[in-house]
Amino acid sequence: MAKTVKKPVLSVKNLSVEIPTRQGILTPVDQLSFDIEQGKILGVVGESGAGKSMTGNAVIGLLDPPAHISGGEIRLKGKRIDNLEREALRKVRGKEIGMVFQDPLTSLNPLLPIGEQLTETILEHLPVNKNEAQERAIAALEEVGIPAAAQRINSYPHEFSGGMRQRVVIALALCAEPSLVIADEPTTALDVSVQAQIIALLKRLCRERGTAIMLITHDMGVIAETADEVAVMYAGRLAELGPVRNVLTSPTHPYTQGLMASTPLAAKGKKRLSQIPGAMPRLTDLPFGCAFHPRCPIAKDKCRSDPAPTIEAGGGKAACWYVNGEKS
Amino acid sequence: MTAQSPKQAKSKNALVSVKHLTRDFDVSPPWLNRVLEGKKKAILQAVSDVSFEVAKNSVYALVGESGSGKSTIGKIVVGLLRPTSGTVEVGGVDLTHETDKTRIEETRVGIQMIFQDPYASLNPRWKVKDIIEEPVAARGRDVTGLAEKLLEQVGLSAADISKFPHEFSGGQRQRICIARALAAEPKLIVCDEPTSALDVSVQAQVLNLMSDLREEFGLTYLFISHDLTIVQHMADTIGVLYLGRLIEEAPRNELFDNPRHPYTQMLLEAAPKLDGFGREVEPPKGEIPDPINPPSGCAYHPRCPIAVERCKNERPEMKQRDKARVACFLAK
Repeated sequence: MAKTVKKPVLSVKNLSVEIPTRQGILTPVDQLSFDIEQGKILGVVGESGAGKSMTGNAVIGLLDPPAHISGGEIRLKGKRIDNLEREALRKVRGKEIGMVFQDPLTSLNPLLPIGEQLTETILEHLPVNKNEAQERAIAALEEVGIPAAAQRINSYPHEFSGGMRQRVVIALALCAEPSLVIADEPTTALDVSVQAQIIALLKRLCRERGTAIMLITHDMGVIAETADEVAVMYAGRLAELGPVRNVLTSPTHPYTQGLMASTPLAAKGKKRLSQIPGAMPRLTDLPFGCAFHPRCPIAKDKCRSDPAPTIEAGGGKAACWYVNGEKS
Repeated sequence: MTAQSPKQAKSKNALVSVKHLTRDFDVSPPWLNRVLEGKKKAILQAVSDVSFEVAKNSVYALVGESGSGKSTIGKIVVGLLRPTSGTVEVGGVDLTHETDKTRIEETRVGIQMIFQDPYASLNPRWKVKDIIEEPVAARGRDVTGLAEKLLEQVGLSAADISKFPHEFSGGQRQRICIARALAAEPKLIVCDEPTSALDVSVQAQVLNLMSDLREEFGLTYLFISHDLTIVQHMADTIGVLYLGRLIEEAPRNELFDNPRHPYTQMLLEAAPKLDGFGREVEPPKGEIPDPINPPSGCAYHPRCPIAVERCKNERPEMKQRDKARVACFLAK
């Protein structure tokens, strides 16, 4: 264990996902690379169709066929996990990687008391007996802030409110003490005040247990308050990656710049929001070259013919020909 | 359309005037269960004694978390629901008590609505042209060239008239919804979370369009949203709802610079900030209580950090405090 501490918990290199369809092969994730260190939160942002959730699902091995990983590698604590057999992957998933989905109601079994769902997971992944598992389940529920956990352990999911349900899902994701948690839009279905509670909870768990978190969201405000690093995705490709402060306050990629400017938060006092023309392209007709060029204010001929390289910029990386100003 | 009798409108600048609006929903268990199992009747008061006015050519935003009654108020204003008690006046016509059918009809035509989900609010089997023209054609008016004109006004192409809704993206569909709302030449548009289903960059396009149209046609918006950042951008006046009650109302800058009600303060504090790097928020206590058995007195008192004994027993009324109206005994 001592050796692996310095290595990133999760390391993704040149990950590509393909979906063969009648219209040809679609690539919802294309040559994506990023690392997450122990106790850090990586925010993955992008609009719908950017490939955020697809990336999360690829990491945890939950791609729905015919989607499959077509290239690159995923390493968890130095071990490759993208080419594991089904059974071996199942052990890693749950034990090493916990998952929190957007809708807490659909990620819990409505017919089982929450305690049973927790103990089932604990017994599967940890060497404990039934009584110990029960105790651990109660402790997990207490840790995520469910009041009177010992009494509520026999309640069914529908007996909890939305925020409490999401806490149960987080307890479920954490009960086998994973080193990585993938949280896919964990607060999107929740109200502002409950969202603040869940975010505070995730941050606390990350700090206290040293869990690495991959936080997938479209909400820039949530990213700003939670993440250490942020990866901005556009049409399946990495647009920009860097420390959260740099990316949000002085973005280098034109897409990130446009995205930041178009949030109402950024338009303090201005009458009109600045807008990015057009919409995210469909995967079936991705533009040639850089996928962002039809909407990009600084696009030149080169952008229309060649995909942009990912280069060092602004303390992080950005995939743009003209990131560091006019040169080429 | 010109039925405006100043004598009825309290302040002459108000287009919409909602007074003591209340709406109850009967959520009782079925009759048989009540008889056999002795279960009681249950009433959910979704909107409770809400009063506000919307000035002409302004944007009035209703904000609140889920279950705060904001959508119910919107539906009552457009006439999709009837209030249990209270009145809604639009353009001087009391829509809840007026008996003259033509007057009601004339006023209702001037109120249109834009819904949250542009995928669910367009008939998938109708062409765009039919969707946009329907509200006008239904009244027997001339619709020649109407759809083309409106599509261009909302930033789509006139060539799109014979397409079906599925051929458009989410943002474009919301533009079609806006075009349909404009077809009836409304004075008031009730927008229920018009951009929550859209991505940030598309949301900016739609919000800009709405601002432009407001100036061009002198529209008034009743803007319903849970997103404080959008409200801060769009609204002139903001009403904050909690559990069906209006708890604070203030001009935009006043509300954001100087929130008076503890709930508004909590809401603003809890909302994620773009420059809140590493911000540690003391997470708000508790959750929205069960609306069927709301707390006594001030509905917010169980979560309120400054609640006193009086808050438990007595419901605070909306009181004018400087530029704002607040329903709190302790607000300054």
